[in-house]
Amino acid sequence: MSPTFIQVQSEDFSHDEQYTALRNDCPKIGAIVTFCGLMRDFNDGDSVSVLELEHYPGMTEKVLAEIIDQARVRWQLEGVRVVHRIGVMAPSDQIVFVGVSSAHRVDAFAACEFIMDFLKTRAPFWKKENTRDGQRWVDAKDSDNSATERW
Amino acid sequence: MLNILYFARLREDLGSDQEDLALPEGITTTAELRDLLMTRGEQWQQALSTAGLLVAVNQEVSDWSSKLKGDEEVAFFPPVTGG
Repeated sequence: MSPTFIQVQSEDFSHDEQYTALRNDCPKIGAIVTFCGLMRDFNDGDSVSVLELEHYPGMTEKVLAEIIDQARVRWQLEGVRVVHRIGVMAPSDQIVFVGVSSAHRVDAFAACEFIMDFLKTRAPFWKKENTRDGQRWVDAKDSDNSATERW
Repeated sequence: MLNILYFARLREDLGSDQEDLALPEGITTTAELRDLLMTRGEQWQQALSTAGLLVAVNQEVSDWSSKLKGDEEVAFFPPVTGG
């Protein structure tokens, strides 16, 4: 199987299947770190009932591949899997999966966080949320931008 | 032809997700293209003044001095909020 897997999809994904795919990848693996981003029912002090996600088809996959390539230069990685959902989501729904396998945990932890930090600030996805006051586009957060500076 | 794409808030505010445009006379950079589009009216002026507006040329984020030849895919969008 391909060591890098990138998928943008509207359907939900199975954490177990993603984890299993990483685990079966290669017997050299000593560590797997996974991250799952879920939809919260609050944002900026308001309750949120529905989230809609759109993206830039083509560019999204390219940007994710570049981020993963950069991670592979910095750390020794085996498998990397990124699944990001688009479309309509409800509270507690899974939005994004990032999974990294490596011979050593230090590389896997760091790479998973690195990929997630850059996904949030570079990959062309946009969120729109429904609150009691109607729909609004989510603003980018300064804290997300500063998270990339530590790398 | 340029293929110009608009995403998220811009797409909604402009009521358009994409258009084809022959590179207008005298336009050589992404900034000049944005400025020209802004002359289309109040809505365009506002949408393309969005704080942190980004431009991508052929699916790669570019700066505002990027040169255009006339056959590119140019996308305008607000700061990204995925993950």
